[in-house]
Amino acid sequence: MADDPKDLKRRDFLREGLRTVSALALGGIGGMLGARAGSWEMVWQLDPEKCVQCERCATYCVLTPSAVKCVHAYDVCGYCQLCGGYHRPGAKTQDTAAENQLCPTGAIKRTYVENPYYEYTIIEENCIGCAKCVQGCGSFGNGSLYLQVRHDRCLNCNECSIATVCPSGAFTRVPADRPYILKGKQGESL
Amino acid sequence: MKKRSGNFANLLFWAGLMLVVMQSAALAQDRFPKPDFDSQYRQPLTQTPPPASPWQEGADVVVLALALGLTSFFAIKKRSRRGIWAMALFSVIYFGFMREGCVCSVGSVQNVSAALFDAGYVIPIGVLAFFVLPLIFTLLYGRTFCAAVCPLGAIQDLVMIKPVKVPEWLQEVLGLFRYIYLGFAILFAATGTAFLVCRYDPFISIFRMSNEFGMILFSGGFLGLSILVARPYCRFLCPYSVLLGWMSALSRRHLSITPDTCHLCRLCEESCPMGAISKPTPDALPVSREQGGKRLAILLAVLPLLILAGGWGFSRLDLTFSKMHPTVNLAGQIAAEDAAGTPGLTLETRTFRSQGTPTETLFTEAEGVRRRFRSGGWLLGAFLGLIFGIKLFQLNLFRRVAEYQPDREACFSCGRCFSYCPNERVRLDQLQNRY
Ligand code: SF4
Ligand code: SF4
Ligand code: SF4
Ligand code: SF4
Repeated sequence: MADDPKDLKRRDFLREGLRTVSALALGGIGGMLGARAGSWEMVWQLDPEKCVQCERCATYCVLTPSAVKCVHAYDVCGYCQLCGGYHRPGAKTQDTAAENQLCPTGAIKRTYVENPYYEYTIIEENCIGCAKCVQGCGSFGNGSLYLQVRHDRCLNCNECSIATVCPSGAFTRVPADRPYILKGKQGESL
Repeated sequence: MKKRSGNFANLLFWAGLMLVVMQSAALAQDRFPKPDFDSQYRQPLTQTPPPASPWQEGADVVVLALALGLTSFFAIKKRSRRGIWAMALFSVIYFGFMREGCVCSVGSVQNVSAALFDAGYVIPIGVLAFFVLPLIFTLLYGRTFCAAVCPLGAIQDLVMIKPVKVPEWLQEVLGLFRYIYLGFAILFAATGTAFLVCRYDPFISIFRMSNEFGMILFSGGFLGLSILVARPYCRFLCPYSVLLGWMSALSRRHLSITPDTCHLCRLCEESCPMGAISKPTPDALPVSREQGGKRLAILLAVLPLLILAGGWGFSRLDLTFSKMHPTVNLAGQIAAEDAAGTPGLTLETRTFRSQGTPTETLFTEAEGVRRRFRSGGWLLGAFLGLIFGIKLFQLNLFRRVAEYQPDREACFSCGRCFSYCPNERVRLDQLQNRY
């Protein structure tokens, strides 16, 4: 028992030294990465130019329905009467009958503008992000329909579940103050 | 000089990019030119709802700091189990259900590793704060973060109803998984392969009230287990707890079981459901000094061997591990398809082939990833060898303990043991009498 106090003192001394080292290491890591951190927050977004419309966005998001939705670049749209994104291929009539629609949930609204033009709008609540319309519009039209992660819905998972399975590598993290990769004029102005 | 050439390369790059963009834009828009409307029609804009404002992130960091401070106050100054319990409830509700459990400090280990090893990875400041703050507080006051701020720990703590005693040896052995998990989490994050900790987070689907059947089963099972086994994730899996344990072992202050001096009454001996109480050691050394010295010498000789063997062993596994990386996986599929003459069997390979990237580029990239796994494997193996060696040392090293006290590394600062100490009763009575 005689050597106890000395023992304890040595232990305390050692602990204090190591504590200082740890504090410095923590400060070092924090400072180094902090200086490089660049942005307060990063969010997930997909690059519509890379996307190949594989439909995984609809099924792999942790949210059901997915946080990925179709959006419309109106200034790229041709306002076609027969829309490759709206009408099922081989649709008998070019009207709004349900059996003629490509979208499985009827999430696209078609409104008459003037002869022969129609405006197409996504009803976001219904969209499941399956990219069927995106594919249709891309193959037969101007490609004005495309997918985006909607940030009012996305939980900003640390590892986005869709990003891990996206075959085209379209998902990246972008600074939160520029959270969309838009098509058309709106995209250029960003 | 270097800068100039960089600028020139930049210019070329942008010029090239412009050409490509203009061409593709022309291609896409040529099909059906945008009409000139006669009517008053005005084109709407694409809606772009913003992400949760940076304020939210900043607020989270502030709440984190406040919660850490308050819990530390309850654990060390107030010695109030009830206060700690209330904080745990708060954290489960706020960090768990309201913020839906992301980003958490446990997962932030991966962001930090990715940022440390990959200069291209941008770590958000908020995430960095979630990594550093709990470690700093633990260095000051012990694992008060685990006591009641970490939503994963707090939810396990709240459901701990009938914990069984895990034998000491089993606890030690199972506890080693934390180091292995930490090692792999860092390796996989640093190589850009996957965020394992996020993928296998047992409680996130509860916090998000997910409706996916498999996840519910997994989470429900884990939560059920937490009723009978005190904090199973914390004690046997949590990778962050390794770092917290180190900080806590060195902490400036730490919660103590007794408010006074320990009378060795043994009343608290079995009070800790986490098996984190160190018992006083007998005065006599368990083995003679010479014998002990000899054992230590052997261990000292074995330690480098463990480190080397670990490093070598894990670096050999580079092929196996790197297959988890999407690029390596894809390269393997492409090579197999090319060899068999059957291109485009999977969505991944079809997509790759449609993108027009040369296969060589892919193979070089995959080779690079594999090399990183080889050097990473050395580090991981050496780390695990070192940890095993240190554990052996600790088993053989005699450390005198004079009274019942929490094992700082393992103690979660939950305060359950307070009420078992008769001194604590005296303290509470005194408090009451004073008023
Ligand atoms: S997973 Fe990728 S390729 Fe598939 S639809 Fe989503 S963004 Fe497009
Ligand atoms: S980050 Fe999460 S919520 Fe957002 S799109 Fe990806 S999986 Fe869905
Ligand atoms: S051990 Fe890990 S999961 Fe448990 S409370 Fe601590 S940080 Fe959270
Ligand atoms: S505070 Fe007491 S009961 Fe809680 S973990 Fe620490 S030693 Fe165990």
